[in-house]
Formats: sequence, structure tokens, C-alpha cells
Amino acid sequence: MGVELRDDEAAFRTIGDHDLIDSYLVYRARDTLCSVSSGDTEDYRQLLSAMNPEELGANEVAMLVTNLKALAGAVAYIDNVLHNELLSAIFKMSLWNYKPDVMDALIEFIESLATSSGKYVDDCLAMLTCQFFPPGSLPLPKILARKDGVLSRVHSSLKYIADLVPLSPVRLVPIVLDGKPQYRFNNTSTLSLVIYVENMLKLESGMLGEVVRIPMLAGVVDLLLDLDVEIGWEDIKNDSSKGIFEMELEDVDESRDDDLNDDSELPRQLSRKTLGGNSFAEKLDSLMVLTFEHLESCQVADRLIKIFDTLLESFKKTVLTAYKSKFAQFVIFYACSLDPKNCGVTFALMLEHTFFSSTNPPLLRMSAVAYLASYLSRAKFLSVFVVASTLERLVDWCVKYVKMQDDAINPEAHRIFYSGCQAIMYLLCFRMRSMMDDPQLKPWLVRLPLESILNNKLSPLKVCLPSIVLEFLRQAKAARLFMTSEKFNFDDYLESELSREFGGMERLDMFFPFDPCLLKKSDSYIRPNFIFWSMVQPTYDDEDSSDEDVGEAFAGDDDGGMDYGIMQSLEEEHFDFAEVGSALNKMSITPKDSLHSRFGGAINQPMRMPSRIRPSTSPESF
Amino acid sequence: MDGLNVSDVNLQVQLHPSRSNNVRNAVLRELSSLLLRFNEKFQGVVLAYEFKIDKVPDILPSMHPYLYVRLKAKLLLFSPKPDMLLEGKVVKVKQESIHVIILGFSSAIITDKDIREEFQYKTKHGKDLFVSRSHKQHVIKAGTMIRLLVKSMDEETLCISASLLPAHTGSILWLDKHVENVSLTDGSNKRRRGNEEESVMPEPSRTSAEAYSLVDHYIKKSKKHRESATQEPSRSEASSAMSDHSIKKSKKHRESAMQEPSRSEAYSAISDNSIKKSKKHKTREES
Repeated sequence: MGVELRDDEAAFRTIGDHDLIDSYLVYRARDTLCSVSSGDTEDYRQLLSAMNPEELGANEVAMLVTNLKALAGAVAYIDNVLHNELLSAIFKMSLWNYKPDVMDALIEFIESLATSSGKYVDDCLAMLTCQFFPPGSLPLPKILARKDGVLSRVHSSLKYIADLVPLSPVRLVPIVLDGKPQYRFNNTSTLSLVIYVENMLKLESGMLGEVVRIPMLAGVVDLLLDLDVEIGWEDIKNDSSKGIFEMELEDVDESRDDDLNDDSELPRQLSRKTLGGNSFAEKLDSLMVLTFEHLESCQVADRLIKIFDTLLESFKKTVLTAYKSKFAQFVIFYACSLDPKNCGVTFALMLEHTFFSSTNPPLLRMSAVAYLASYLSRAKFLSVFVVASTLERLVDWCVKYVKMQDDAINPEAHRIFYSGCQAIMYLLCFRMRSMMDDPQLKPWLVRLPLESILNNKLSPLKVCLPSIVLEFLRQAKAARLFMTSEKFNFDDYLESELSREFGGMERLDMFFPFDPCLLKKSDSYIRPNFIFWSMVQPTYDDEDSSDEDVGEAFAGDDDGGMDYGIMQSLEEEHFDFAEVGSALNKMSITPKDSLHSRFGGAINQPMRMPSRIRPSTSPESF
Repeated sequence: MDGLNVSDVNLQVQLHPSRSNNVRNAVLRELSSLLLRFNEKFQGVVLAYEFKIDKVPDILPSMHPYLYVRLKAKLLLFSPKPDMLLEGKVVKVKQESIHVIILGFSSAIITDKDIREEFQYKTKHGKDLFVSRSHKQHVIKAGTMIRLLVKSMDEETLCISASLLPAHTGSILWLDKHVENVSLTDGSNKRRRGNEEESVMPEPSRTSAEAYSLVDHYIKKSKKHRESATQEPSRSEASSAMSDHSIKKSKKHRESAMQEPSRSEAYSAISDNSIKKSKKHKTREES
């Protein structure tokens, strides 16, 4: 026993000279802090001046490190009222301005203070959160050089505090969400915003993720949507007479011309021109890319499903209910593309359920079905069977609706029904050919009761957007799927009075949320998984039908005999515009004088693409 | 351990009409907002709850037809007060402080001025520890379950300032083995007795049965639980079935609540009788 005790004694480390010096400094710091209450502030003033040196030479740095370390051992003697000045000075310090030894000393002090008493937890967390982005005065090379050093210390410190104060992550959440740089200010650089969001995502994927995951992801989506809203349709329209309002194939045509001399990506040339000068667009584009990369890392770490539920919930609460979100929805599109079987299908089911649920407000249901139609049409990663099953349920819903109604045409009263019909037609414009080519789906599609939902008293063909109706009729006729003897004379090809009426003030009749992404960097992520209209194989032969009056009875027999080999190979392989520039010429079904066909003469002109209709093309929609 | 008690309360919750299709879930959602936060009305932190909807919800006659739901609930509360003895796990030992986590969520700190002279800070094999000068086996290090005295609590952050000055504070394992030798010099603390595995804790504070409204916070004395039980036979049956196991369930529940406070959304199954009958709560301590 005695031997054991001696061993134990030997194992205890004796206090060395170094520790004695440290202890002396700590006791000195304690005395200095205690002396303030007795009115003796001389040492305290010296301490304050040492914490705010005018110049940061080697001596000042050494003094700063010593004082911070000494104070870290004396945090129990700090009073938030008596030593307010000292605390303010320390909380204002930015890790970005110091070298590693000062950073370490400052972090050590903050950790000690945060864990010394509950009253300092919030202040210390706020101080650490302030380090999430660099001070504006710091030049870019220094930012890049110090970024990893600062952020790794900050996150390990947050983890340390959470280990000792388990509820600190809960308190951290509102601090982080409220502390993000003000994106509206011109002096807030894109880099600051990106680094801040990078930290939010790092928190989500880090040790504190279990607590902060949901609010952090929701916060990122909210920020994306805020920036999205700032961009506004009018801003984009004013930038150019074309831009976002230009039709999809016009973009392709123009950028193909540009591409002869330029290897830049197609067809987003226009978008770059129109959005290039928009600081919000630049910020949003960078943040979207950051989010995409984070989703990829989650996919690699096999935890995409975990965060997808959160993303989906956030989407339902914010993006889906927002007025015509333009870009933020591509985050969920990209997440779906990374895991089509799970995330991709879950997203479609959520939209479908939102549309079917009669307890939801009409606008939400219309918005949901607009998302659903656009998503199923554009998502290259979704199998045609998933699309078909959703289509079947949509048709069933519409059939039941028609059976329950004995009303005449009434765009406002039956707007949900019309939005459902338009979704079905829009979807079929994109997918009809692929379904007809599938031997299993073709008989199913032929048996689909389209007749009963499109030919009835409610007359959806008269109410829905003319361009979609005409394109649908054209393809349906070619596929011998659906024919009508009625003749449609739309005054305006783009929209009609009835479509405006069913779309309401919000113009949800013209809302196609997954139209091509106009943010250049984000588009490069979306494009490989995206179906552009130019890639779609219609059921008709373009040349044969170009002179046809599409408004007349679709009784002819001109089943498309076009060679779709090029397009099929595009479907199967990674889409690369640069390689298929010439192929686009062959498959172009868009008239060159599209503006003419858009405004007048639509009936006698070749069909325009439904996808080319962009939301808010009409100023009156606002 | 002190600071844990069960409170019978009458609650009133107003629910948005859109929640009327699933009232129970909506009530759960409202109650979960109370969890792990200090509530001034209850004078404690709600750790767990169990409730019964008192009667069919009324529809409030106003512009907005909110549902008015009356509940009878049992709340497991954590209400540390100065001079109470709490138990927790040491997570960090430094020369200037000992950091403890109580019930898995509340942080407690003991600064060196609140550590009695008996303890000496040392490092052994690179690990920080406090060792008693008089009893070498009495060691406090990371992972040790200790008993500490509450000095104060920050109600916002639920951080506790604690002390190891009284002789009957320190490592629970050591104290329980040497309880007879500990001189109880501090008169403010309750007398303790126990054996190697079990110690009898001081009587917990019993919360008066008060009713609180989540909406307008009015307070009134709640009626006895038995009255409601006689009015509703189904509840009476449930109550009697629960009372058979009241003491065991009560003990089991508190232990589980102590171990896993994060799961406190699970409803407690404590019998009303068990609380009223139990004068002293026996808690199995770490052996």
C-alpha cells in the first residue's frame, strides 16, 4: 500500500517555474480586477490600454497574449458591470486581425469566460459568431490566408463551450441567424456573405448539428429566398428587352451564334448580361453554388436524406408560399437530382399531396401543382414511370372533379381544376413522346381519360394558357392521343383573358418555377440534370406540321416520323451544349421570327414552345 | 438529489382552428415549447409532462374561433434553489474551476474560491484532478459523479453556480462509502444516512397544485385529482391501475428523467398518488 501511495505521489506533477509564473500572472490579474471595486483603478487602466494598443508591435503582442492568458485564469473575478469596459474591448477584437498566438489566447479567454457563468454565454457566442466573416478593412489575400485558421478555432471553441454548457447551441441559433451580414448593404461583399453561410453550413454538418441542423438549413434557405425576392422580375426585365423574358429557344439560338467564337456555356449568355450587374444576383448565385456543394458533401457522407427532410420542410414553409420564387427552388431541385429515387420522388409526392389536400388554401394548391408540373417536366433524373404515376393521379383527381361539377366555364371558381389541367398538358408536352415510345406506357397513356377532363362544360382548353393548349393539342394529335373538333382562335398566343382570370392577381397560370436557371454558376450545376425544351422530342414531325393550322380539328394522320436519334443520345448522355450546337439546328422547331408569332398571327404560325412562356412576361401581372 | 418535483397543474391552451383536426398533437406542440426553459409560473424547468384533456374543447366566441382546451397535466420540474444539493457529472477540471453537467443539460461551475481547502489541484498522467489532502481516495476528475451545493442559477441559460465548501459535498462514490466519517459541520444541510448503494435524500419541495393558463397566465387552485377521477370512470380506472405501481414508477421515472432529460417529451407516467404519498424520494446513486 505504501509503495502504491509513493507511486501515486510520484505521478503527480510538481508545479514548475513556468506554472509559477503563470500562477503569478493570474493572481496579479485577479488583484487588478478586484482592485476596481475598491476604487483603485490604476492597474486596471494599464490593463485596458494594453488590450487596445495603438500599434501592434512584438512587445504589444506579447503583452496582449500575456494579459489574455492571465485574464482567462481570473474570469471568476470579472464583473460584467465593474469591468464592462474591459469586456467591451475584448468582445470587439477580431481574430482576423491577429496572428495565431493572439488568436489562441483570445479563444482561451472567451472559452473560460463563456463557461464561467451563464451571464456571459450569449456575449461570448455573439463574439465568436462575429468571426464568421472578416472585417471589411482586411484585404482579400489576408482573408484567404487566415480564413482556415480563424474558422477552425471558432468552431472548435463553439464545440468546447457546448461540451461544458450543453444548452449553448440552442442559444447560438438565434445569434447566428440574426448576425448574418446585411446583404442589402452595398459594402457587404459577396465574399463575406459566402463565408458566413459557409459557417452556417459548417455548424449544420458539425458536432452541434443535431441541435442546430434545422434552423441553420432553414436560415440558409430563407436567406436565398430573401435575395431571390430582392432581384424581382421587373429588375431583370428592365436590364434588357430580352433577358429572362426571352423564350428558351431564342436564348439557345442567340447563344449558339455567340458560341461560334466563344467556348462559354450556352445558353445563359443572356442571363449573364442581364444579371451581371445585379449584386443580389451575384450574391445569390455564389450562395446557391455553396449550397449545392454542401449538398454534394452530404451525399458523399451519406446523410443527404437526413437534411433533405429539413430542406423539404423549409421549402414548404417559405419557398412554396413565396410569390413566384425565381431561383431558390433550385436548391431542392439539385438535392433531388443527387438522390432521385428517394429525394426526387419524395419531393414530387409532397407537391402532389399539397395540391390534393382540400384544406390548403387555393393559391398554395395552385402553386404546388405549378411546381409539380415544372419539376416533372424538367427533371431529367426522374424515370418516366415516376412521371406517369403522378400524371395518373392528377388525371384521376381532375376526372373526379369534373364528375362533381355541373357548372359552365368559370375561370375563377374552378381555378384549382384549371391549374391541374394545365399541369397535365404542360407535363405531356414534355413527356408525351417518351411515354409513347415506351411499350409499357403507351397503352396506359392511350387509355388515360383525357377526353373527359378536357372536353366538358368547364372547357379547360379555352381557359388554360393558349401556348400550352396548342402545343399539347398538336402533340396529342400527332400521337393520336386526344383530338378535339373545336377550333381555338386565341387573340394572343401567350395568354388569354380567361387564363389571366384563372391565374388571378398572382398570375399562377404563368408560373413555371423550374424554367431554366438564369444564374450562371448555379446553372452549370443544374444543367446536366435539366431538360431544356430544345432537348424535348415532340410527337409530331416539325417540318410536316409547320404549315398546319393548329387551331383546327386534329383529325389528320401525320404521325411523326422524325429521326430523333440525336435527341435520344442527348437524353442518355451528359448534355453538352458545345457539342450539340449543330444538332440544335436540326431539331429547332422554333420559328426565327418568334416575336411575330408571339404577338399576333399565332394561329397561322408554327407552334411556340410552352416552356418559352415565362412568368411575369406581362407587366400587368404585377 | 434535490430540485426535482412533480407538479399537478391545470392548463388552458388556445389552439388555432386549423389545428382542430388533431387536438392532441397541437397540445403536445404547445407543451413542448415549455421544455428545457425556466418558467417563472412553475418556478422551474419543465423536463417532462403528461396530460389529459379535461373535457371537450370549447370554441371561443370571437372573430377567430380558437379552440379552448383545458388540460390536467403533471409536470416534472427541475427547480434548483440555493443550498440545495444536486448531483452531476464532472466534464472538465481546471485549476480555477470544476465544470459539471447536471441531468445532461444544466451546466454547473464551481470556481476555486468555492472549492474547500481540503481539495488540492494536481495533474496526474496529464489529467487534471482535485484530490483531498486528508483522504487520498477522494478524487474529483472528469467523469466523477459529484454532489454539490447550489449557490445560484442563471434562469436564462440554466447555468448553476455551485460550491464544494460543505463537507458532505464531493465525489458521491467516496461520500457514500465514508458517510459516517464525514463531519456534518454545516447546519444548513440536511442530515444524510445511507449505505454503500443507497442514500436517503432530503425531502423534495412539494409543489402546490396550481393551475396556469398558457394564454392569460391566471392562477387558481386546482381541484383534487380524485374528484375528476370520480367524474370520469375511465380515468378512475387508469388512476387506480397506476397507483399500484406508484412508488416504483415514480422512482423509475425520476431516474430516467435524470439520465435522459433530452427525451423529456416522452410523457411521464407518474401516478398522482405516488407524489402525494411519497415523503422522501429514494434515489439510487451511482455505485
